[in-house]
Amino acid sequence: MKRLRALPVLLWLLGLALCASVALRAHYTADMSAFLPRSPTPAQQLLVDQLTEGVLSRLLLVGIEGSTPAARAELSRGLAKRLEDGGLFLSVRNGDAATLARDRELLFTHRYLLSPSVRPERFTPEGLHAAIGESINLLASPMGMMLKGLLGRDPTGELVELIGSLDTSGSPASENGVWVSRDGQRAILMLQTRASGSDTDAQALAIARIRSEFAALSSDAKLSDARMLVSGAAVFAVNSRAAIESEAVRLSTLGTTAVILLLLLIYRSFTAVFLGLLPVASGALAGIAAVALGFGNVHGLTIGFGTTLIGEAVDYSIYYFVQSDDDEDGGWMKRFWPTIRLGVLTSIFGFASLLFSGFPGLAQLGLYSIAGLITAAMVTRFVLPHLRPARLRIHDIAPIGRALAGFWAWLSRLRLVVPVLGLAAAFILFANKDHVWSASLSGLSPVSAADQALDQSLRADLGAPNLRYLVVLKAANREAALERAESVGERLKALVADGVLSGFESPARFLPSTATQQARRNALPERDTLARNLQTALADLPLRADRLNAFLDDVDTARSQPLLTPETLRGSTLALAVDSLLLERPQGWTVLIPLRTPEGDAPFQSARVEAALSGSDALFVDIFGESNNLYRTYLDEAILLSLAGILAIIVLMGVVLREPMRLLRVMVPVVTAELIVMAGLVATGHTLTLLHLVGMLLIVAVGTNYALFFNQADRNPGDDPRTLASLLLANLATVIGFGILAFSPVPVLQAIGITVGPGAVLTLVLSAMLARRISR
Amino acid sequence: MKSALRLAACLLTLATMPAFAAWDLPQLMTELARNQGGKALFTERKYIALLDKPVVSSGEMRYVAPDYLEKRTLTPRLELMVLDKDEISLERGKQKITLRLREQPEVLAFVASIRGTLSGNRAALEQNYALHLSGQRDNWTLNLSPSNPRIAELVTRITISGSRQQVRSIEYLQADGDRSVMSIDPVDAR
Repeated sequence: MKRLRALPVLLWLLGLALCASVALRAHYTADMSAFLPRSPTPAQQLLVDQLTEGVLSRLLLVGIEGSTPAARAELSRGLAKRLEDGGLFLSVRNGDAATLARDRELLFTHRYLLSPSVRPERFTPEGLHAAIGESINLLASPMGMMLKGLLGRDPTGELVELIGSLDTSGSPASENGVWVSRDGQRAILMLQTRASGSDTDAQALAIARIRSEFAALSSDAKLSDARMLVSGAAVFAVNSRAAIESEAVRLSTLGTTAVILLLLLIYRSFTAVFLGLLPVASGALAGIAAVALGFGNVHGLTIGFGTTLIGEAVDYSIYYFVQSDDDEDGGWMKRFWPTIRLGVLTSIFGFASLLFSGFPGLAQLGLYSIAGLITAAMVTRFVLPHLRPARLRIHDIAPIGRALAGFWAWLSRLRLVVPVLGLAAAFILFANKDHVWSASLSGLSPVSAADQALDQSLRADLGAPNLRYLVVLKAANREAALERAESVGERLKALVADGVLSGFESPARFLPSTATQQARRNALPERDTLARNLQTALADLPLRADRLNAFLDDVDTARSQPLLTPETLRGSTLALAVDSLLLERPQGWTVLIPLRTPEGDAPFQSARVEAALSGSDALFVDIFGESNNLYRTYLDEAILLSLAGILAIIVLMGVVLREPMRLLRVMVPVVTAELIVMAGLVATGHTLTLLHLVGMLLIVAVGTNYALFFNQADRNPGDDPRTLASLLLANLATVIGFGILAFSPVPVLQAIGITVGPGAVLTLVLSAMLARRISR
Repeated sequence: MKSALRLAACLLTLATMPAFAAWDLPQLMTELARNQGGKALFTERKYIALLDKPVVSSGEMRYVAPDYLEKRTLTPRLELMVLDKDEISLERGKQKITLRLREQPEVLAFVASIRGTLSGNRAALEQNYALHLSGQRDNWTLNLSPSNPRIAELVTRITISGSRQQVRSIEYLQADGDRSVMSIDPVDAR
């Protein structure tokens, strides 16, 4: 018999050990990947690639402020030099003249392979006459004067063709030989990390390296008045992970401490408090293990959410200790367990709806909560009674309950206030129905507003590209990718000519396909032919052929010049331009062609772009629109799932309670509380995000427990001061758990806290108001 | 940039010169400072060693005191150059290049010479150039010799000559021996 009694405890200990071993080996993440779709459309996949692996995710912007302009420039050069070593960065750019000169040299050396104007007709007498005549005309311009020295070697102006097709107006300002912000108050560097954006550990390392090198540099140079700012997607990821981790720890600690203090105050027994926390701890551990097994990784937010579990799971043990005190063995099980079981079931039904979310972050929360709640309830039901010492006595809280009974009686006289409040809340929501829900993903971002502002200002300083509109291509290999980029480029050139676009970038600009390069090389005539054609072409131009021997030499060299390869470009800014637009993926090569839109307010004619691309299977993507679409899809899905969850809860309770009136009494307080919370949030200027929605689901999950207790079939809690007191205590614990979240600077956690905290109190009060009083 | 410099000088013509017996630099500067702006036609010849004949361009220009300058070349190719406060922009066909003056001290020095001349700001001019005024009111010549070595690498001398209140030509001698001469005709000198 004794053995049998010990069985649940043994099973529990075994389970704990298993869960702990899974949790210890689990992979923990805190990046945004949990907020990205599981089965994306091609356009969404691109967005995900960009957010997790793309150039943007690897880009770090560094600003150096304070001290003097010359000192800032010196620091910028020193930092660039130090960061180039060590292999953490693919590229370090600060706009120094040497890099620009190297790029220009590379362009000049390969001009006959790179210039789109290189065709056979360019080197006929007519072609040469036109091109050289144009170069001479250009000398009349100050722009031409800069290129005067090149006339002898490049009379047809191929370098001008190349540089002219670059967008120079958006490039950063420079001062003292390095990039600076528009106002000249910051030196700017642009870094690209070797590690992908999704590798938060490596990104953290790279950022730490920048900071330590800068600290060393500025202290060596005795420039303590210089400061450095770092921004970029990786900084966000690293910071938000750190914030989430520290928040998860801080909030869990705070919440646990507060709940322990509350329980100590009430129970006046350390043993009872310790035992009361066992279901919570077991639940949290089981939740983590379940998520680790189910998803392969555990998001930091899921752990942060653990505090909320404290709020709800601790209720079970509170009910057990308070209500079963003085009970005959088994009495509590019979009287209260069915109610608690129904409460647990409703919670599980609610969270189950999250499991189906296409949003891995939400699905994790769902699984975590379900596993956690089931475990906590089971431990309360089957393990606690065995662990409870026979002479455990907690402080009698019946007096609190008796005091509450009077208050409750007063509350229930105010029952008519409930529909009034509900209607008022519904009215507020209806009046604001257009801006209840946040329309963008930013509401979910764990990045603080200050970090976002810094990033914007650094980006503006750099004239960093606006990557809103992209054309995307896929191909099996690099050559095919470049050839397709060239053919799409031809289509886009027509749009540039029509003014629909002001320009576009393409990897084929600096790395043309082999076919194109060969065609250009074949277009170059033999030396004798070129010399003859030149003689004819120059007949009526003020330039004599004998001054162009360097040109003949260069063309001759170019005819046998090896083709440009990615290796040729390595180390230059041009390589960065190519690498960022030509991506190798496990499933093939992807080409990104960012489009530049004309200045002005005229709406972008995306339909023209789509029409121009039709039949090419190139994809036109509006990143901004796509990310908002993505979010809206999530929100719509989450709203649907939540409604389905609530419906499932109603059906479940309808089946169990059997009486429509009881069902109504349970649901009305919960629904009214939801309406009031939503209206309150909207009225105080919040726009609701997915996480508020999760919070509302939690209100249903937690709130139905209270409502059920107030609506038990055969007794009412007003007659039992202990039950009433246990409800108040459970409610307090919940409010503490969630209320603390409301003060978190992490928006995701704050949203849940600010929803559930007030919602829990409201549900309890409203349930009390509406509870049926059984007269005896 | 260099054209802009020439342009600056040409706008000297817009200043009206009162008949003072002794013609000196302070007087020239004072007159220039009163200039509020106007329009002129220009013809520019560039003599480049590599070419047998000069490159000729022409067009019109406009100045609004104190820091807006516009040079619109009509032949051989349309081109618009604008110096507006801290920026120089150049538009040619579909290309547009904008330079911020702070970026390169050399460019800033050129612009300072333009502005200094236009607004009669002798102090600004003398930061980078040694000034020498010769001749009489009917036939005067203002020489700007770069005192800043970085400018001297590009330009040896800027010579502005005029008769009475009109600048007739601006000669611009580059360090490599190439030379350009711009002649100016005011359209509606005020």
